[in-house]
Amino acid sequence: MCGIAALQLRNPSLHPEMGRLLSSMMCQIVDRGPDSAGLAVYNTPGLVSAGTSTFSLLGKDQGMVPEAIEASLGELLPSTANALVRALGDTTLVTAAVGTGLLAKAITETLPTATIIGRGEHVAVMKGVGHPMQIAADHGLESMAGTQGLSHTRMATESAVTAGGSHPFSVADDLCLVHNGSFSNHATIRRELKRQGVVFDSDNDTEVGARYVASRLQQGDDLETALTNLGKVFDGFYTLVVTTADSLAVVRDPIACKPAIIAESDDYVAMASEYRALASLPGIETARIFEPEPGKVYTWSL
Amino acid sequence: MVTLTADTSTVTDLSTSTVRELNQSLHSAADGQSWTIENPGGKHSLAVGIDADITVTLNGHAGYYAAGMHQKGDVTINGNAGVGLAENIMSGRVHVKGDASQSAAATGHGGLVVIDGNAGARCGISMKGVDIVVGGNIGHMSAFMAQAGRLVVCGDAGEALGDSIYEARIYVKGTVASLGADCIEKPMKPEHLDELAGLLAAAGRDDNPADFTRYGSARNLYHFHVGNSASY
Repeated sequence: MCGIAALQLRNPSLHPEMGRLLSSMMCQIVDRGPDSAGLAVYNTPGLVSAGTSTFSLLGKDQGMVPEAIEASLGELLPSTANALVRALGDTTLVTAAVGTGLLAKAITETLPTATIIGRGEHVAVMKGVGHPMQIAADHGLESMAGTQGLSHTRMATESAVTAGGSHPFSVADDLCLVHNGSFSNHATIRRELKRQGVVFDSDNDTEVGARYVASRLQQGDDLETALTNLGKVFDGFYTLVVTTADSLAVVRDPIACKPAIIAESDDYVAMASEYRALASLPGIETARIFEPEPGKVYTWSL
Repeated sequence: MVTLTADTSTVTDLSTSTVRELNQSLHSAADGQSWTIENPGGKHSLAVGIDADITVTLNGHAGYYAAGMHQKGDVTINGNAGVGLAENIMSGRVHVKGDASQSAAATGHGGLVVIDGNAGARCGISMKGVDIVVGGNIGHMSAFMAQAGRLVVCGDAGEALGDSIYEARIYVKGTVASLGADCIEKPMKPEHLDELAGLLAAAGRDDNPADFTRYGSARNLYHFHVGNSASY
């Protein structure tokens, strides 16, 4: 079991409420995965800004004080990059006015042992071990504004309970994937991706799914096609939610082993493992509520 | 918060009462009493194990296992129901005005389960005598190993309908994506039209029985035979 709650806000007047709404949803899926959790928030003022790249690193302590990291990045990057490093809960956020490729190289050079858990112009990713609502509170989710949010509470089965094994897996710019279930042929697909030069951070089965989707997108698939292809290659149980800078996708395995329910209104698209996570959303009484069909890819774009 | 109203219908508000308090009060109920449940909020295990001839109305959506192990009485859900609605129902009636998720009326021994909307996968899985009437569509693997009872579908049925079915009878008005192993189409005889008319009437529906097709067991897989092993 694991819990998923995701929210895409169509009505800009709800953007200031994003964190509060996502937190209220997440609170109802804690029972499904109490060992660790992760969050992704999109276009949250104060965390990301247009024209700059933001990297989320696992852990608040990177073995160097933020000023020293900033100084090292400043030497490696153009003078206009204006690198900023700060701790948010148990996550380190690094921001600079350069492309993600360049910033990734500078971070790896400065912090060779750091684990990058999120990257892009629009997304910040936060993870931790412990009670999911404590992790959300430590990161200040309630007060975060934004356009989209994704949360996952984990009950680990295929790999250890570690912050690195928490979802979402964010392995390409602004791309996040969360998973309820388990992939049974992930080792085979991992070997194939490794042969193609893909580098992995963990032993986690879900990371293989995220790397696969990133690889398909890089090869030119759109999100819907990438997930259709995933369904042809991956075996096992899954309800997946995938987010990009402006899209949200949901897909379940063809025998619908894992639950999912969606509420759609003019104001938002919300997806959760169970209805109770949707019950307190504004206007839920008039939203269209349905369970996604097995094996069918659903996508919504802002 | 339990309030006794003038018409002796008890109102339980789940924004202030716990599910355990609700179910305990339903288990202590006497025949003829009635309950209204407000603000269910998708909570699990609502109105389970009712063993008195009472009437329960739930205003809102229910979570998993609503009206599970139902023994007596009448439960109406003015909303959707989650996984395992009326699981192992023995008798009585459960009516969902919206949709039901997977495994509705699974293993039910008797009684009537009415779902006005759609039901998810595995509806009536291993049913043992329950009657199920679904106003909309049902998902895949419904009536898997169904032993007895009737499943009526006014919409379409998903893949592998009635796989390894025993003596349950299935009536579908719309299309069937595919039939499971040993499940076949069967002729609609007068007794089937009569029985279907009765079920539709009991569910408060006006569909024409003549528009339905009957499905049931070919009775080739009743006993294990090594020659059939590829069909299981």
